[in-house]
Amino acid sequence: MENRIKTLFERKPDNLLSVYFTAGYPTLEATVPIILELEKNGVDLIEIGMPFSDPLADGPTIQQSSEIAIRNGMTIPKLFEQLQEIRKHTQLPLVLMGYLNPVMQYGVERFCQQAQEVGIDGIILPDLPLADYVREYKTIFEKYGLCKIFLVTPQTPEQRIREIDSHTNGFIYMVSSASVTGSTNGNAVINTDYFQRVKSMELRNPGIIGFGIHNNDTFTEACKHASGAIIGSAFIEALSKEGNLEENISTFIRGIREKV
Amino acid sequence: MNYKVDENGFYGKFGGAYVPEMLYPNVEELRRNYLEIIYEAGFQEELQALLKDYVGRPTPLYFAKRLSEKYNTNIYLKREDLNHTGAHKINNTVGQILLARRLGKTRIIAETGAGQHGVATATVCALMNMECIVYMGEVDIERQAPNVARMKMLGATVVPATSGSRTLKDATNEAIRDWINNPEDTYYIIGSVVGPHPYPDMVARFQAIISEEIKAQLKEKTGNENPDYVVACVGGGSNAAGAFYHYLDTPEVKLVAVEAAGLGVHSGESAATSVLGREGIIHGSRTLLIQTEDGQVTEPYSISAGLDYPGVGPLHAHLHQTGRAIFESITDEEALQAVLELTRLEGIIPALETAHALAAISRIGAKANEVVVINLSGRGDKDLTTYLERFDLNGK
Repeated sequence: MENRIKTLFERKPDNLLSVYFTAGYPTLEATVPIILELEKNGVDLIEIGMPFSDPLADGPTIQQSSEIAIRNGMTIPKLFEQLQEIRKHTQLPLVLMGYLNPVMQYGVERFCQQAQEVGIDGIILPDLPLADYVREYKTIFEKYGLCKIFLVTPQTPEQRIREIDSHTNGFIYMVSSASVTGSTNGNAVINTDYFQRVKSMELRNPGIIGFGIHNNDTFTEACKHASGAIIGSAFIEALSKEGNLEENISTFIRGIREKV
Repeated sequence: MNYKVDENGFYGKFGGAYVPEMLYPNVEELRRNYLEIIYEAGFQEELQALLKDYVGRPTPLYFAKRLSEKYNTNIYLKREDLNHTGAHKINNTVGQILLARRLGKTRIIAETGAGQHGVATATVCALMNMECIVYMGEVDIERQAPNVARMKMLGATVVPATSGSRTLKDATNEAIRDWINNPEDTYYIIGSVVGPHPYPDMVARFQAIISEEIKAQLKEKTGNENPDYVVACVGGGSNAAGAFYHYLDTPEVKLVAVEAAGLGVHSGESAATSVLGREGIIHGSRTLLIQTEDGQVTEPYSISAGLDYPGVGPLHAHLHQTGRAIFESITDEEALQAVLELTRLEGIIPALETAHALAAISRIGAKANEVVVINLSGRGDKDLTTYLERFDLNGK
């Protein structure tokens, strides 16, 4: 079966906007409405966060949304149940992002099989190291047609970036700076040397920049150096605002795409 | 059976380094260099000098006569409570700070539960003139106030961890996030045999001096370097790892790991990982973990801030799984009784953590001719507020 992430990048697109949200936040049943709203507002790719109690790579915003989502009753089985019919409504590439432990408890093969069944295209598990993936899980992910997406950071040596590039498909998630998610300190996005260094390596996979992207300026800057950018914490903050979900989402996405 | 870490960082199926890519360069740098650095002659010379003259090693191995009479066996206490700062934790922080300096790091971070590791880290940072940031759960800051004061006195910044259960697990999360945010200049001194490889092995090696000394001291006192039992409490498991280390391959020495049962193992308020845990991943390590069916980490409970960790170090998970160590669990109430017992029989006020090991004496059934070594991992000064609240000392 065709993978929607691969199809998306075959068109060699630019200015891609990928949005992350935590499934089960702000309410348990918000998952599908948020996906549909994001599609309506012209987002290119969606990352659905599977909440975990101890999200090491995440800042306070995603931590809190995860805590609330867990309290709301979000689990992996619940998420798959919500996504059962999603492919009747959208053809956007969908990626599941979470931590290894809940996936391990669910069973990695069972997880991949279910993911394929509901029409997921890729998986991000930041605490599953490359070596362990290659040794234990790669054949399973490939069997179910899932892109396993890896992160690289400004500290990742060239040789390791090449190794990651050789074992992954879909895209490479370029962490903008040394930080957990949601950091918006000044130099979060403008790490031009690092972006150029990765660009000049001419990797097999396209790159998307994430971490610290939160407005039109940072989005535009990131898009100069990669195929697009990922927004997570800032979007979750927008979902937390007063008012209805549809309006919050459309206002937020417009603010990212258009210069105010 | 092999009880040492293998080349991939595993003890049997436990261990490894499940860290996000942001931490990979730091953990990898440590993995490649730690053995070479810590066994280099100059390093050892500096370390041994500090352990002797600054920490106060070797710590005594004390024959507890009245306690032995009460239980009709022969009990020796390894007096880690007499170390500078009052617990075994400083054995490890002295080693790791020397390592951090050799790696050229200038900023030190640490997590702490009971505050003993935080104090031990703040102490060596003062000694080495290095910046020190200690993450501590909000709940623990409240119940271990004397240690918070000591850390501040020593010049450390104490940052409250306000997420989750606001205890040791969350303090560890915050410390790891700090390390992700500061990958170049910062070294993370982990306080227990937990976290990604090589930390569990490295911390065990720094704590191994405990069993190295026990062997020599016991030989001198009894003519036999091997006791019948070595007993130690386990939260993450660093004092136990140190007390067990040189006995791991001596099967006639029974190793007893004592966990905190809190209000009772099955009360829902417990930290007895060996009973309640399933294989899982926490803080970069595959180990036994108390968790929900969905793989969310459960918030553990113990009266002791040093034992309420939802996992155990991967070495201990392996010792449990292979049956090399016997695991016992002790409730808050039993631990408190053991505090009073040791205080009144031997004139030693133990830490709440250590009291769990002491309370296990009656469980192991040691015979009159047998020898039991209990690792007296820390002193009770930090717990006096709890003791005053829980014991009726008027007229006694």
